[in-house]
Amino acid sequence: MRFDYHTRYREGFALWRSPFDRNLYALLALILIVLPWVVTPFALGELSYLFILSIASLGLMTLTGFTGQVSLGHAAFVAIGAYGHAWFLSKGLPLPLSLLLTALMSAAAGLLVGIPAIRVSGLYLAMVTMAFAIIVEQVIGHWSSVTGGFTGLAVNDPSLWGASLAGPKTFYYFCLIMLCLVLLALLNIMRSGTGRALIGIRESEAASYALGISVKGMKASAFALSAGITGLAGALLAHHLKYLTPDGFTLLLSLELVLMVVIGGLGSLRGAILGAVLISLLPTAISRIKPFLPDSIAKQFGLETFIFGFVLAVFVLFEPMGLNGRWLKIRTFLESFPLYRRDTFKRNKRYMKSERYR
Amino acid sequence: MNTSLNTPSLLLNVTHLSLQFGGVQAIADLSLKTYSGEVLAIIGPNGAGKTSLLNAVTRVFDPSGGQIYFKDQDLTQLPRHQIAKLGIARTFQNIELFETATVLDNLLLGRNRFFQGHWWQQVLHTPALARLEEEARAEVETIIDFLDLTAWRNSPISGLPYGVRKVVELGRAICAKPELLFLDEPASGLNPEETRDLAFWIDDIRKELGITVVMVEHDMSLVSAVADRVICMAQGRILAEGSPAEVQSNPLVVAAYLGA
Repeated sequence: MRFDYHTRYREGFALWRSPFDRNLYALLALILIVLPWVVTPFALGELSYLFILSIASLGLMTLTGFTGQVSLGHAAFVAIGAYGHAWFLSKGLPLPLSLLLTALMSAAAGLLVGIPAIRVSGLYLAMVTMAFAIIVEQVIGHWSSVTGGFTGLAVNDPSLWGASLAGPKTFYYFCLIMLCLVLLALLNIMRSGTGRALIGIRESEAASYALGISVKGMKASAFALSAGITGLAGALLAHHLKYLTPDGFTLLLSLELVLMVVIGGLGSLRGAILGAVLISLLPTAISRIKPFLPDSIAKQFGLETFIFGFVLAVFVLFEPMGLNGRWLKIRTFLESFPLYRRDTFKRNKRYMKSERYR
Repeated sequence: MNTSLNTPSLLLNVTHLSLQFGGVQAIADLSLKTYSGEVLAIIGPNGAGKTSLLNAVTRVFDPSGGQIYFKDQDLTQLPRHQIAKLGIARTFQNIELFETATVLDNLLLGRNRFFQGHWWQQVLHTPALARLEEEARAEVETIIDFLDLTAWRNSPISGLPYGVRKVVELGRAICAKPELLFLDEPASGLNPEETRDLAFWIDDIRKELGITVVMVEHDMSLVSAVADRVICMAQGRILAEGSPAEVQSNPLVVAAYLGA
């Protein structure tokens, strides 16, 4: 049994709930720090990619999970980030400045998409964002003077104060640090007034207006913040890929990001990362089990897409709260062990919501 | 005792307000005044325009004509989210709480109109911001004590009974420290015991917190218990105005309710 015993209010919004939690995360950090000396360079590259996807997933989670705005076009912001960063670096800008400019540029693009988002929501917003992603993909394909068109664009190696960050180990640490910074910033935002306001907009616009939240402004800002973070992930992805072509930023990437936040559990930063871990490990896992499958299945075209869809369907049906929801259930079970109530997480019947106005 | 109680001043002044939805005249040439320190109840049969009046004043709907003055400020010229900043709070007929958030977060959101730190302080979680958050939490805790919500502090709204949700919504509105509080059917769906508690709270809200209350309500026992003045509306117009007993015995009001 675990009890919260707080003697100061700030313990109520501390990053770790208990010393045990803090030690657990310290252990995780230690493992992540020593990992480059244990695993192969190939696995290290995959882990860097996982960190990059986690950042993008956190970006989309800010928008979809916290603010409740659907986006089926986040690959566009990844692309804008990747190409923007590559272009800035080719002009000789130093890495930190280029990263900053990339994030700002991507945020500006997010604001551009966010403005129609003030007017439309739900399915229509999904269509607007998807259309934006398709437009961006086409522009990248045809604006050859800047993006290299379909032949592609080589990305300069990342370097900081003369030291190259391109090696597997250094790039791994670079991505890990960026992920930690983004995660920490988002954790801080979500436990302060802005984060509460975002959740307020997701849950009830009428009440948000009545409490003085500028709903339209917050929605647009959420788009900008989300796009900025996703653009940052794009910049890192440019270094991971080393060579950019438009077909790396298709609708499939957008959908993978949506899968990550939904499977991870909407409205939770932990969920965004768990979702990214699952989705990025799934292709590797599939290729590992392929040899054990009968030929008629293993050689089947579209096996991966099928399994992706299947996993999503299973989650929607059996665990709508996602991986984070499952984690919370297990944790609550352990913490309240002999006294766990079986229906703690049972979803209540919703009361009638008539006469709603927005 | 709040000093404004002794010298009532004009707080809300609605003049010749009208509100149309296509051919439907929800509010027709309605004028009403609210003075500081009073509890004003608005009653009336269904479709009389009570909630529409509330929604027009809190800028959910754009009035088709007339003025709404809060002190010296014309509310009809303001965007919807600016209303709260003036010190006007409201609750909703069909509870509009933030369902997945905890009671504590809902109440903290009630304090949205106050300074919550600059964006860079929020991103970095500076010591100044931590202090600000602690102060906000302390303020919220007094409201939690006031409304007896201690037991529910960390529970998400989605798991709470209906009666408690009503109280949380009231608490969220009080957290905004308003001067004028609109309650839209605060007693609907409450049992007699909860309604009695509510009557005491409304009394305390006026006396201890010095908040002027305007409430739309059907429960005449609650209205008689707390209201200083009652306005009865029917078909978008004011039918009768006076003390609870006067309005209740007014033949026009009886006719409007019973259709005689």
